[in-house]
Amino acid sequence: MSAVPQPVSQTTSERPAPPKPSLLRRISTFFHAHPTLTLIALLSLPLLWLFVIYLGSIGAMLTQSFFSLDPFSGRVVRTPTLSTYQQLFTPANLDIFLRTVTMAAAVTLACAVIAFPLSYYFARYASRRAKSILFLGVMLPLWSSYLVRVYAWKLILADEGIISWVFTTLGIRGVLDAILNIPVIGGSSLSFSFLGMFIVFVYIWLPFMILPVTAALERVPNSLIEASGDLGGKPGLTFRKIIFPLALPGIVAGSIFTFSLTMGDYIIPQIIGNSSYFIGGAVYTFYGTAGNIPLAAAFTVVPIIIMIVYLLVARRMGAFDAL
Amino acid sequence: MDSESIPSIAVQFRAVERHFGAVKAVDNVTMDIYDGEFFSMLGPSGSGKTTCLRMIAGFEQPSSGSIQLHGKEVAGVPPYERDVNTVFQDYALFPHMTIADNVGYGLMIRKVPKKERDRRVTDMLELVRLPGIQKRKPSQLSGGQRQRIALARALINQPGVLLLDEPLGALDLKLRQDMQIELKAIQQQVGITFIYVTHDQEEALTMSDRIAIFNAGKIEQIGTPADVYERPSTAFVAGFVGTSNIFTGEVARTISGESRAFTVRPERIRLCPPSTTAEAGIRAVSGTIRDVVYLGSNTRYLVDIGGKDVIVTQQNLETTSMHVIERRGEAVTLLWAREHERPVAVEA
Amino acid sequence: MRSNTPAPRAPWGLKIAAFAGLAFLNVPILIIILYAFTIEESAFTFPPPGLTTQWFVTLFTERPDFWRALLLSLQVALAATIIALILGSLIAFAVHRRNFFGKDSLSLLIILPIALPGIVTGIALRSSMSLFGVNFSTWTIIIGHATFCMVVVYNNVIARLRRTQHSQIEASSDLGASSFQTFRYVILPNMATALLAGAMLAFALSFDEIIVTTFTAGQQQTLPIWIFSQLPRPRERAVTNVAAIIVIAITFMPILLAYRWTQASSET
Repeated sequence: MSAVPQPVSQTTSERPAPPKPSLLRRISTFFHAHPTLTLIALLSLPLLWLFVIYLGSIGAMLTQSFFSLDPFSGRVVRTPTLSTYQQLFTPANLDIFLRTVTMAAAVTLACAVIAFPLSYYFARYASRRAKSILFLGVMLPLWSSYLVRVYAWKLILADEGIISWVFTTLGIRGVLDAILNIPVIGGSSLSFSFLGMFIVFVYIWLPFMILPVTAALERVPNSLIEASGDLGGKPGLTFRKIIFPLALPGIVAGSIFTFSLTMGDYIIPQIIGNSSYFIGGAVYTFYGTAGNIPLAAAFTVVPIIIMIVYLLVARRMGAFDAL
Repeated sequence: MDSESIPSIAVQFRAVERHFGAVKAVDNVTMDIYDGEFFSMLGPSGSGKTTCLRMIAGFEQPSSGSIQLHGKEVAGVPPYERDVNTVFQDYALFPHMTIADNVGYGLMIRKVPKKERDRRVTDMLELVRLPGIQKRKPSQLSGGQRQRIALARALINQPGVLLLDEPLGALDLKLRQDMQIELKAIQQQVGITFIYVTHDQEEALTMSDRIAIFNAGKIEQIGTPADVYERPSTAFVAGFVGTSNIFTGEVARTISGESRAFTVRPERIRLCPPSTTAEAGIRAVSGTIRDVVYLGSNTRYLVDIGGKDVIVTQQNLETTSMHVIERRGEAVTLLWAREHERPVAVEA
Repeated sequence: MRSNTPAPRAPWGLKIAAFAGLAFLNVPILIIILYAFTIEESAFTFPPPGLTTQWFVTLFTERPDFWRALLLSLQVALAATIIALILGSLIAFAVHRRNFFGKDSLSLLIILPIALPGIVTGIALRSSMSLFGVNFSTWTIIIGHATFCMVVVYNNVIARLRRTQHSQIEASSDLGASSFQTFRYVILPNMATALLAGAMLAFALSFDEIIVTTFTAGQQQTLPIWIFSQLPRPRERAVTNVAAIIVIAITFMPILLAYRWTQASSET
């Protein structure tokens, strides 16, 4: 490159005319000068929707929880009372809450444990092509019909189904029977037991855990891991101190889904067991067959509160950026 | 510039301030920038120079004070209504458009017909010496090429004022030096006012007609390169533009008899054998060489005169080897002309 | 930040665990597909006693209710997606870059429709709709779907906004473009694939949704509702499996496209 450019034959161009004023430009200038107004204009429609339709509905439902159901007439009595909430504290109902939360926690834990090696492998070791396979392999089940997948498991878990067949063919049918005889989680058949429910829950929600965890692990810069090794950290230490903490927001983000979805689901308990033992099923029964809207509403308060607390904690842990 | 006529003012700042909460990013800035000049705003990071540039462009509004473009107050005028164009630090080329569409963007907005647009784009690419690349995409260009396209995109609209926000920061040294010369040549050819922000004082000295030195939101000095280099008005300017030796307090009094602070440029000081006597008008100070740094074209000496280290630079006219290092510990006398002592204001 | 250093060798235990997980996810799908061909009506026993394609014929010729449900699901998904695109984008644009009073609460609020269990949303919407005497119809279904679909669009758009250089928008403005022109020439092209990806995900989400739909539908049957009604009928299972295959095929395409679109732009 020579140091000084040769003079270019400068075209005798006139200055291009300034942009013509128009209505759109004037509107644009107006909004430019009034940023708050712009904000309001942008947000008014969606906020209207969110507040009126969504929050409003939830609020309306929650006000119902302060009403009660007259057991004789079967009609809703619209006088504010706490009696409906008192019903939440019966042993049977407390049982339901405990059982649901325990299941949700167990499912979340299992999903995290199963998802992590998968995510880790694909985030850190997989080639470009392998990553595509992963994505398809995770997305395909996710977007196939939820109902059909649940029912597929019913078939798989059934006495005449595949798992039975495998155990019998391998001659270890006795092991299966022993498992089914375990109190509480066992049952008459895998397709009608808490264990079966647990398996199906884990299966259905697993993709929701895999995706954010993979994304979080991908974001861990290689240089950090190398630095840790360089400073003398063994692989186990590097994992515990560097990789896992950085992947945690992704795990928490995924757990939002697994926890929330398990808590509110009534279909899987219905298909693979006795739904009335879980929050989702209980709410469905109260609302639908029993017409006990106040109690159904009061019941939903529990998962709502749990989830809001969960979300606040998750936000603190940075999970929102990992969504 | 014709020295007889008074140049018209392109940009005028009067008592402009910009607050971010409690922080004053720009503190009472007043300056006039003339038509057709290459005006640099120089200062360390966070000194307010970029904020001032953005206020001229219209991306920020002053908290108080007035900014005028060619006599017209521009408060509240959005960037797209100002006769100003900007070359951004990260070039900000539109990745989804071809080079031709990028460069011709401003003309397209002004509804210039396609044929005319194409002609002007071709001319502009010639000007920045990247002819024929109309159909490429920005991702296919190197950093230096993108920088020139960003320049072309801004210049094609023939704005009254062109703003450049540290455009050469991402380039390596050789390329940067070449681009500095090119930019200056283009500015002189096109005749548009260039307002240039940089933290590199050498760059500012090379290219500018006048420089404004910024520090902590205030302007410390405005002047030609020679002004700010040879007659710095404050200790900050003396230290920021080139290296300087600042003599204050006791040391100053010992040397000059007065307690006023002054600065002397390292290249104005001569290293002489000890016990050299000074003629009239020449200061002589004795000291010991504490350290020597060989820099290829010149050598930098650190001389301890008792209570202060003085930096002296000498061109390696005769000494061509690294033997200068062996001068460590040598006793010397420093000589400089009194007229090279510049009084400076020092912050309390 | 994607790692672009060549992948080192993975410990084989990890590899096995990874592919086992993947198999766990996909084998049941294969089983569904297998069972769609079984001779047995009730599609229950393993291994299937025989294979046939008769159920495909049955579905296509004898089940107009299936096709009605499919059509309804497509209509609902389309409408819900369009609404979600508009609302989700508006919120994303508002939340990005500006700090305003209540912004934190807003970013919590926007996730609620997806974070709170579907039954909560479903019952809440049903309660207020019956409170206001609104008839349950296709539109009530769409309203329910749009509410949680906009979250998906929001996530996609805001992720893309965070990756866009802000200086481009300033450059466009600097060169004389009004806000509308900047939107049309600079922002929209940058957003295009994010919007499309969000739309695809919203579509798939709506297409498969059952819980909220159950509560907001009147007599209408979307496809999931139809499937749910079929499941307790043993003699219909094989046909239902065929329907499942069709569902998989329909939702698979948009997801693949969404993936392609988000990948392509992360490389520029």
